[in-house]
Amino acid sequence: MNTASLIIAEVPYWGQSLLRVLGGLVAVLLPAGTIVYLFLFKMMSFMQSRLGPMEAGPYGSMQLFAEVGKWLQKEDIYPARADKFIFKLAPLIVLASTFLLVVVVPFGPDAWFTNFEAGIFYALAVSSVSVLGILIAGWSSANKYSLLGGLRAAGQLIAYELPMVLAVIGVVIQAGTMNLQGIVLAQNSGSMFGFDGLGNPYVLTQFVGFVIFMISVQAELTQAPFDMPVAESELVSGYMTEYSGFRFLIFFIGEFATAGVFAMIASVLFLGGWAVPFSWFGWTTMDSVDNWMNFAGPLILFTKMMVIMFLVMWVRFSYPRLREDQLQRFAWKVLIPISLVNIMLTAILKVAF
Amino acid sequence: MPKVPGLFKGLGVTLGTFARTVTQGANTVQYPHEKETPPIRSRGVIALHEGNCTSCMLCARSCPDWCIYIEGHKELAPPRRAGGKPRQVNMLDRFDIDYALCMYCGICVDVCPFDALFWSPEYEYSEPSIADMLHDKVKLGEWMETVPEAPELEVGADKKGKK
Amino acid sequence: MTLLGDRQQLSYIASQAADARVNLELETEGMTLNIGPQHPATHGTLRIIARLDGEQVVWVDPSCGYMHRGYEKLTEVRTYPQVTALVNRIDWLGSFANEVPFILAAEKLMGIEAPLRAQHIRTILFELSRIANVSLFLGDLGVQLGAITPVFMAFRDREYVLNLIEGATGGRFHPNFDRIGGLKDDLPAGWIDETRTVMKKLRRFCDEIEDLLFGNEIFQSRTRGIGVIPRDIALQYGMSGANLRASGVDWDLRRDQSLPMAWDKVDWKVWTHPDGDSFARCWIRLQEVRESTRIVEQLVDTIPAGPVMTKVPRIIKVPEGEAWVCTENPLGEMGYYVVSQGDLGPFRVKIRSASFNNMSITPWLLKGVYVPDIVTILASLYFILGDIDR
Repeated sequence: MNTASLIIAEVPYWGQSLLRVLGGLVAVLLPAGTIVYLFLFKMMSFMQSRLGPMEAGPYGSMQLFAEVGKWLQKEDIYPARADKFIFKLAPLIVLASTFLLVVVVPFGPDAWFTNFEAGIFYALAVSSVSVLGILIAGWSSANKYSLLGGLRAAGQLIAYELPMVLAVIGVVIQAGTMNLQGIVLAQNSGSMFGFDGLGNPYVLTQFVGFVIFMISVQAELTQAPFDMPVAESELVSGYMTEYSGFRFLIFFIGEFATAGVFAMIASVLFLGGWAVPFSWFGWTTMDSVDNWMNFAGPLILFTKMMVIMFLVMWVRFSYPRLREDQLQRFAWKVLIPISLVNIMLTAILKVAF
Repeated sequence: MPKVPGLFKGLGVTLGTFARTVTQGANTVQYPHEKETPPIRSRGVIALHEGNCTSCMLCARSCPDWCIYIEGHKELAPPRRAGGKPRQVNMLDRFDIDYALCMYCGICVDVCPFDALFWSPEYEYSEPSIADMLHDKVKLGEWMETVPEAPELEVGADKKGKK
Repeated sequence: MTLLGDRQQLSYIASQAADARVNLELETEGMTLNIGPQHPATHGTLRIIARLDGEQVVWVDPSCGYMHRGYEKLTEVRTYPQVTALVNRIDWLGSFANEVPFILAAEKLMGIEAPLRAQHIRTILFELSRIANVSLFLGDLGVQLGAITPVFMAFRDREYVLNLIEGATGGRFHPNFDRIGGLKDDLPAGWIDETRTVMKKLRRFCDEIEDLLFGNEIFQSRTRGIGVIPRDIALQYGMSGANLRASGVDWDLRRDQSLPMAWDKVDWKVWTHPDGDSFARCWIRLQEVRESTRIVEQLVDTIPAGPVMTKVPRIIKVPEGEAWVCTENPLGEMGYYVVSQGDLGPFRVKIRSASFNNMSITPWLLKGVYVPDIVTILASLYFILGDIDR
């Protein structure tokens, strides 16, 4: 028990709840904003020989606030034949799934919202909740394009849920736990063939799993090359077509916040999460980790998240999109068999060593 | 050398562009802060040299969308030589070009027999209201200062063929 | 009679082939999807009414005319210089190429020919407008297929070409530089050197696009085997340009026709592709940009000295007669049938624009494809709405 947990313990329950809500908002919105500015505005522009937003603030850094202000001013329009209650509910469901997802991500030895034993299982389960929001958004818009987009989204997200789960199983087998803290511990205190200078980040031992996980994340986030649900050139932004103003903003935040949270989960699963290899400082167990990691940990996790997001966005800006049937074929005929083989090999090696 | 899969080549192209933009700067011109000079021949705006205009209406008649409005009247000017007859000159009352209609084809400049119309590369004359795009002869005359000299011609050009 | 019989047989085969692609698995209630007239995939205001079974298109009807500007009627009340300014706007991306066939038709009627130097410069500007047009296609293709980067590369490098056109003619989009009997003016000094550097940039752009898009396996899987137009059917629907050459027909009006232009003076190649699918059409256009840069580079080295304008009267009256001149424009065969009755303006002009005929194949071609492939096929057919509707 160290000081951070002591402070938490002395705060009354409502205060704790408030802190957690604030922490959750920061954990969701800060990465989302950074991702949008750094990658969507700047990196994309640089990859296309342009500068991106430059006027709002120094180097356009206040652009996102300007955009939010613009969206807030816009009229809240919904189609005449839309199912209004569901139409208004849909973006909230999408955003809620992001907040549900972030609660299991560990940011430091004691900096976590919850510490589930079955953390990764929970994360994969609630990440599918957003499908519901997207599906009802597509249905309630009373628009054929939105309907096609929503159905595509549902088909795609369900198809890619499976390889994602199967890719994670390899990590779970190797770590021996479904607790995300446990997975961090296993990676950083482990060793590769007796060499413990790097710990044992699973991106090296579970490389196949990492690639499959990243492809699934790409599909789950509906980023190119898997962005058929929002395909702006054929479905005119799919399920988001009829949304304007604040509701569109919620979808937008949801998209990039989910991207950030998924990148955090990926860095927890494969890059060692919030920690640096424990051997650098002579730590052995979770309790021996110094207290300053509670503050350095989020930064380290943030950095790793940015690396993952760079990969996601790089692919997004470079590739054309697949077709719906090709995507399904790719998921069922390529990714799932490979991930099954990966699980088998991992299990055999785990038993053998 | 084994063939690099196209997927990775594509990533290389975007990363290369990224690096080039970071090191050599982007192609963007930050317009209000920095400006490009348009080429000499650029058809930005039509300037009027009022002294040359005889209000012959050729430009107004040849304009494909009738965006030139000319009104004039005849005046008697004092004779050139002492004892001669008074001359009749055409005075230009109104010479308006509606730039909201103009399609910048340049036919009026070509047909003008007295060299009263010129192209100027000036381009910053947008207005908040479309009705304000109708510019009169005073404004057109101000643009006369921005008209550049005709450019040198490329090697091999027949210079005598030009007017 | 036999020809008609062949045609009927071919059209029967075509309809059978189109029907065979429609695969109604379940007798479900179809959905009518109205693509356009305000849809990003239609490059403007084309409307496509598609009846879907799931995501498969069962029946399709392209409906054009939303941008009809009545050019053929307008030409009857315009003088020749005014018509030149008008026809610029037909295919607005390759506008100089629209002027050339009209001017050539008028010159044919008057029995004059532009000086050699003017012919050379015309050909250079023609090819530059082809590059400006097709390079935008290459970028736009990426957007239609979901890749966002190529279009910015296309705009970046097309800018150089537009700067060249502006430097020579004064207009970026609508040069209006052609005159009956030659050109409005000669090239400004330093233009040729600039052209050489820009052509190098354009070739690098082609390489980049090839690496980024054409080599990409996802792009290939999206375009290969999609929207196959067999040779016979391409001919039957009167397609032209790169769409026809992609179906294996070795036909290029720049080479196969003798016009007072400079194409026969340089060494270049007509590319054909046997497949006839979307990939072939896109690939042919990529190669055409490269060939165009080669043509321009060779032509700027060999511009003959001399005037750019023959002696023509100040007020042009074209003698009575009829003339048909067509050229290989960026989009395909573009021709003008000019009927003159000796007036200041033409009596009647029939405009044959490439996109209209290329578009006419869509009811056959889109039958039986999936919704995402509609976009691929429309993008690869490459039409410009101004060129369809005129």
